[in-house]
Amino acid sequence: MKDVLLNPGLDRYALYVIFAAMASYTIAFLVFVWHLSRLSSKSKKLQKTAVSLERAGLIILIVSVLLHGSGVVMRGIAAARVPWANMYEFSITGSFMIVAIFLCAWFVKEIRVIAVLVTAFALLVLGSATTLFYVQVKTLMPALQSYWLVIHVTVAVLATAFFNIAAALAVAYLLRNWTWLNKSKAPGIQLIKRVLSVFPESKKIESLSHRFNVIGFILWSFTLVAGAIWAERAWHRFWGWDTKEVWTFIIWTIYAGYLHATATRGWTGARAAWLSLVGFAAVLFNFTIVNLFFKGLHVYSGLK
Amino acid sequence: MSLPSNVTHGDEVRSPKLGLAGWVRWIWGQLTSMRTALLLLLLLAVAAIPGSLLPQRSSDPNGVTNYFQQNPTSAPTLDKFQLFDVYTSSWFSAIYLLLFISLIGCVFPRVRHHWDALRSQPIETPRSLKRFPAYLAKASKQAGSLELIAEQLRARRFRVRTTPTSVSAEKGYLRETGNLLFHISLIGVLVSVGIGGATSFSGQRVLVEGETFVNNLAGYDSFSPGVWFDAKTLVPFSVKLNKFQATFDLRNKTNIGTPLDFQAFVSVRNKVSSQTSNSTIRVNYPLEAPGANIYLTGNGYAPVLTFRDKDGNVSFSGAVIYMPQDANYTSLGVIKLPDAKPKQFGVLSFFYPTKAQLKTGAFTSGYPAPVDPLVSMNVYVGDLGLDNGIPSNVFSLAVHGLKQVAGGKSGTKALTLELGQTVQLPQDLGSVSWDGLKRYASLDIDYNPMQVWVFIFAMLAFAGLITSLLTPRRRVFARKTETGFELAGMAKSDDPRLQGILEELVLGLKVRKK
Ligand code: HEM
Repeated sequence: MKDVLLNPGLDRYALYVIFAAMASYTIAFLVFVWHLSRLSSKSKKLQKTAVSLERAGLIILIVSVLLHGSGVVMRGIAAARVPWANMYEFSITGSFMIVAIFLCAWFVKEIRVIAVLVTAFALLVLGSATTLFYVQVKTLMPALQSYWLVIHVTVAVLATAFFNIAAALAVAYLLRNWTWLNKSKAPGIQLIKRVLSVFPESKKIESLSHRFNVIGFILWSFTLVAGAIWAERAWHRFWGWDTKEVWTFIIWTIYAGYLHATATRGWTGARAAWLSLVGFAAVLFNFTIVNLFFKGLHVYSGLK
Repeated sequence: MSLPSNVTHGDEVRSPKLGLAGWVRWIWGQLTSMRTALLLLLLLAVAAIPGSLLPQRSSDPNGVTNYFQQNPTSAPTLDKFQLFDVYTSSWFSAIYLLLFISLIGCVFPRVRHHWDALRSQPIETPRSLKRFPAYLAKASKQAGSLELIAEQLRARRFRVRTTPTSVSAEKGYLRETGNLLFHISLIGVLVSVGIGGATSFSGQRVLVEGETFVNNLAGYDSFSPGVWFDAKTLVPFSVKLNKFQATFDLRNKTNIGTPLDFQAFVSVRNKVSSQTSNSTIRVNYPLEAPGANIYLTGNGYAPVLTFRDKDGNVSFSGAVIYMPQDANYTSLGVIKLPDAKPKQFGVLSFFYPTKAQLKTGAFTSGYPAPVDPLVSMNVYVGDLGLDNGIPSNVFSLAVHGLKQVAGGKSGTKALTLELGQTVQLPQDLGSVSWDGLKRYASLDIDYNPMQVWVFIFAMLAFAGLITSLLTPRRRVFARKTETGFELAGMAKSDDPRLQGILEELVLGLKVRKK
């Protein structure tokens, strides 16, 4: 590798930009909550204002994601390479992808109800990234110096983003079809029920969630194969049941199970939605617990 | 279950006898059902978890040894359940083999069925279309609308079947083709992985600068072949390590000492053609020799040391491999001198590429490159246990039972040497000189003849997967009604475009009319 010059000064500014993005996400989140409460209000007049709130939320979300994206790019420039070589960088890039893909799907009207969930998730990820995972810019260790870092990790992060949106839709689906909630007469629940009543039809949510999982699964399959090809180059075998490989496999199998479920009588609907959540839980587990606490060859969190 | 009419209530309720063939068929039917496939997939995911929680012999043998030492009571029990060999365990294998039997039983009937479907016409238009996921009724006096619809469907590459009063059309056969290709390729992957495991080999060799590795069994430090591997298939070639170069960051303050690059400069000599070529092995960039790939997996320092007895006779001379212990290459080396006069002794030695002193006075290394190198030595006398024929690890010294004569609490300070220095050993053991500093590279030499097949099947599976998941399979029906016609559509999985297609078909009619 050529001698690289890191730019820690620029990285400081990158961090400030990420903080600004977090502030902006917080506002977007509040606007979306407000929007939902307006939408479910009984008064027709209040309902009308919901439309402009949704537009305001969208604009703030676009501002946030632009800030967020600039922060990611600046980090990349400061490190003189792609910004996804440790947990802090995976987190900021991954959450950026999630919001960006969500915005690309904004034209699908039914997807907008999960804006609250997506914004909250992005905020949560950035919060943990800046407080728990932050490390200064570093050069790449030789094992990571490969174009596979660009291919394999980009696709993995993209897959995660699709799984994330699918899981958020699965949550919406399960909430909507929660019999206990729908039967309950408690006063506090009335509000929640009214919010849920503005959710799109369950069939629609289910099929949207399925479509995101399908794309996620294709991308994850690619991640798995690309990982195996890289492992052959870097670790002298294409598959060795390293902890990270194990979890990649587990996630892949769960989503293969999910795809079968959606084609199996008695397993569509709620069961498939739960599987989608289990799959995403495994994705999160793989990213956090496995990265931080498990022993293996993938020790790239950059944290001691 | 409702009872067959010939079974009467009263004395006992019997289920109808299935007979052996019936049972076999029933079990086979269950095993090859979608639900079983789904459950086996989920079971496989769960079964893979323990292998990530416990150290595995295949990937982390030292971890297993440590686990046994730390948990002497539970470890043997866990071992009984093969929990240190999860991925080759009988229960894990049982699950995936069942899954693949299920897969085979599932896929082959589907291949036949799909083959038939590919060569036959779409199904007849159902009598009632109203309950389809997409539906549209149109009042129309236009003559020949059904023909026009059929024509449009053909233009959209539907396969069309017509009767005077109805149209039935289908497209997206590629979905099932892709799905079958995907599932069959998975079998290909499994079989190739299986054969590959049996015919491949993996070996290790540590090479000091100037040394040569010859590709035969004796050339390896350790070698693990598959069960069908034949040592005669090793291709004769040799690899000489001319120079090893490590580059560490010196420029970026936050990053000082981080490795930037490792390069092993080698000459490869093909024994058959007698041709020699120069090449570089780097992490991520293995050397592809005939019948073997050579990977750079580690590196370190090998100080060249010479031990002489007090009369000046050389008892040991050569490069000693030191194992790095930290990121700054504080390294540990072991030298055993069983033939030294007047008595045998062993040395536990540390190497510091850039020496630095801790507050306690102990040495450490401050930078991984040899800027200001130092070697320190603790000396032990006593029976090294090399004469009794029990193989011992060359990288460790069992110090209990030996008497320390330099370093630690022995009363004599540990010896320290700078490059080029000679120092006297205690107790008339002679002297040691540090003559030079070399580097070494740890190489992994692997070959899996089936790897290319695993790759091909994985690519086919991936192609099948994409084709299948992204090809919509649609059926469209049209039927004459009293007032005009009705259209209906259905899809294999949910399809947001379906209703839109029906509307476009109707629009297409209007365009024609003008
Ligand atoms: C090694 C185990 C298996 C894996 C990893 C696997 C994976 C998958 C995946 C990823 C899909 C969705 C992609 C596609 O449509 O091509 C799928 C679909 C399907 N699989 Fe499997 N499968 C396995 C075993 C089986 C078995 C044993 C059966 C038969 C019982 C089966 C029957 C099907 C069917 C019918 C579909 C199509 C579902 C639909 O119409 O959407 N699979 N499988």
